Amino acid sequence: MSSIYSEIILDYYRYPRNKGTLPHAQIHARDTNPLCGDVVEMQLEVDEKNNVKDVKFNGQGCAISQASASMLTELVKGKTIDDARKISKEDVLSLIGGQLTAVRLKCALLSLKVLKTGVYNYIGSTDASKDELSGL
Amino acid sequence: MTTLKQKWAAASSSTSLKATSHAAADTASYRKAKNRLPGLAVPKSTTPTTKPPLTFPGQLAQSTVRGYATQKQATAYIHGDKLYDIDKVRHDFPILNRLINGKPLAYLDSAATAQKPAEVIDELTRFYNEYNANVHRGVYKISEEATAAYEEARAKIAQLINAKSPNEIIFVRGTTEAINLVAQSWGRANVGLGDGIILTEMEHHSNIVPWQLLAKERGAHLKYVGLTDDGHLVHEDFRQHLESGGIKLVTLTHVSNVLGTINPVREYIREAHKQGCRVLVDAAQSVPHMPVDVQDMDCDFLAFSGHKMCGPTGIGVLYAKKAILEEMPPYHGGGEMIREVHLYESTWRDPPYRFEAGTTNIAGAIGLGKAIDYLSEIGLRNIQAHDQELTEYMHEMLGKVKGIKIYGPANPRTKAGVISFSLGDVHAHDMASLLDEDGIAVRSGHHCAQPLMDRLGVSSTTRASVYIYNTEDEIDRLVESVERAGRVFKI
Ligand SMILES: Cc1ncc(COP(=O)(O)O)c(C=O)c1O
Repeated sequence: MSSIYSEIILDYYRYPRNKGTLPHAQIHARDTNPLCGDVVEMQLEVDEKNNVKDVKFNGQGCAISQASASMLTELVKGKTIDDARKISKEDVLSLIGGQLTAVRLKCALLSLKVLKTGVYNYIGSTDASKDELSGL
Repeated sequence: MTTLKQKWAAASSSTSLKATSHAAADTASYRKAKNRLPGLAVPKSTTPTTKPPLTFPGQLAQSTVRGYATQKQATAYIHGDKLYDIDKVRHDFPILNRLINGKPLAYLDSAATAQKPAEVIDELTRFYNEYNANVHRGVYKISEEATAAYEEARAKIAQLINAKSPNEIIFVRGTTEAINLVAQSWGRANVGLGDGIILTEMEHHSNIVPWQLLAKERGAHLKYVGLTDDGHLVHEDFRQHLESGGIKLVTLTHVSNVLGTINPVREYIREAHKQGCRVLVDAAQSVPHMPVDVQDMDCDFLAFSGHKMCGPTGIGVLYAKKAILEEMPPYHGGGEMIREVHLYESTWRDPPYRFEAGTTNIAGAIGLGKAIDYLSEIGLRNIQAHDQELTEYMHEMLGKVKGIKIYGPANPRTKAGVISFSLGDVHAHDMASLLDEDGIAVRSGHHCAQPLMDRLGVSSTTRASVYIYNTEDEIDRLVESVERAGRVFKI
């Protein structure tokens, strides 16, 4: 059976890209996975045209949750808020690669949930966006 | 240093099982010997003799897998005149035939819940097929049968823990409900403003939160006994809290579900009684694994769960001394617990029925009775010896893995059945996922003991726990798999 713990995941876990804080971030969200105590925090700096100028994450937890958060920051950087809003579960899972069990899926998608929570708080949430978040 | 395996091998060459079993009958010490069961070809290699057939997850293994699971020599223990036949025990648990990711399930999470022997599963089916009826109500045949079986289960529990009477045994959902019952019934009647409750930092959330709720409501204080770095209680804290006065209750776990530490509950109870306080023992992790005698221990309350001792889920036990129970007000109101109901007031039945409102988990109680039969047949001393040997073996073998940290007592003789560990910077969830790839089931996380995790300075650990059906082979597989995790993470 192929392990989910690829070299890439381990690399992002040990040497996380975009880890840290942004003092002037307009978007800031944080969430935990109560099941395993993973914590992910996301901060985004946005310009007047809604481009993501900079993004950082912070957190602690398993390799899957932390690596996926780091990968997600790279995906978002330089894109627009609207692009960030459109990132799907599948996008994140394809970054991670490999097969995840239902429980570990929660770890993998925590950062996406945090990102979207922040984005929707910024652009305004709707019933649809609330449904989307509770489905993550 | 001689390994356990070498010791066992030596025991097997110097003793023959049959010859010692008689002589052992009148000695209190454990005799154990390795015994090749007749008719079982046992290759030494760690690979299956026949390749396991391709299966989908969830599909049951073919019979060849039993050969895999028991390929090494069987282990037999003798205590008194009883024989511990691990192969027979394993055979009694249908779930052990499962393949996980193509490998036999190595279930090392019994501290969370134990597996069920066919006897217990069959009794549940038999109850529903043959004598399902509500208890204490019908005058017809099957209701009488159900009532008899339900009350018989209560008597078996009383006997198991040496209660003075079955009337001291209350059926509840589990340890959690038992503790909440004491907090809400005894606690509200006896704990008032400024009173103190002593707990320990190694308690399960179920022995913390009910007391927080009570303390908040009554204006009482919680006082914690701290832990030494190697996971023992700081006895000095306990003495100081006791002497500070106003303590109404001491509540502590018998065995830690995270560290495996066995606490000196008997001594604590004696000290607490000198000060006139009551003591609750959370026996969720002890009753399944060792003989527990409530009269000898002299606890006022004892709580444990059926599902951790081969019984069904949703059934557990609160034991309390009769004199205390008689003074306690009801916990839940409803049918079965009343003597007379009028429009504006009612009178209560005597314990235990006062605390069993509504239709209880009849099947669960009967199933637990069967589980106790099953465990008693093996013998609790035997089980303790088996679990202890495996715990020591696991402690020794895991301890050799590069980069490992084992939490709790350094001496495995002071821990029961449970080992928590971490490996380098491998997060516990990643460890558990990697072990799962090898068919090994362990727990990872905070184990419902966040204050303890804070004390250890970690957010989670990986925990492996053993029970009657586990083998040295499974421990070897665990160790190999932990080493593999170390390689994956380049520790
Ligand atoms: C020490 C201890 N106390 C209490 C409990 C709670 O038991 P239950 O969930 O069966 O109510 C557990 C189970 O995890 C435990 O290990």
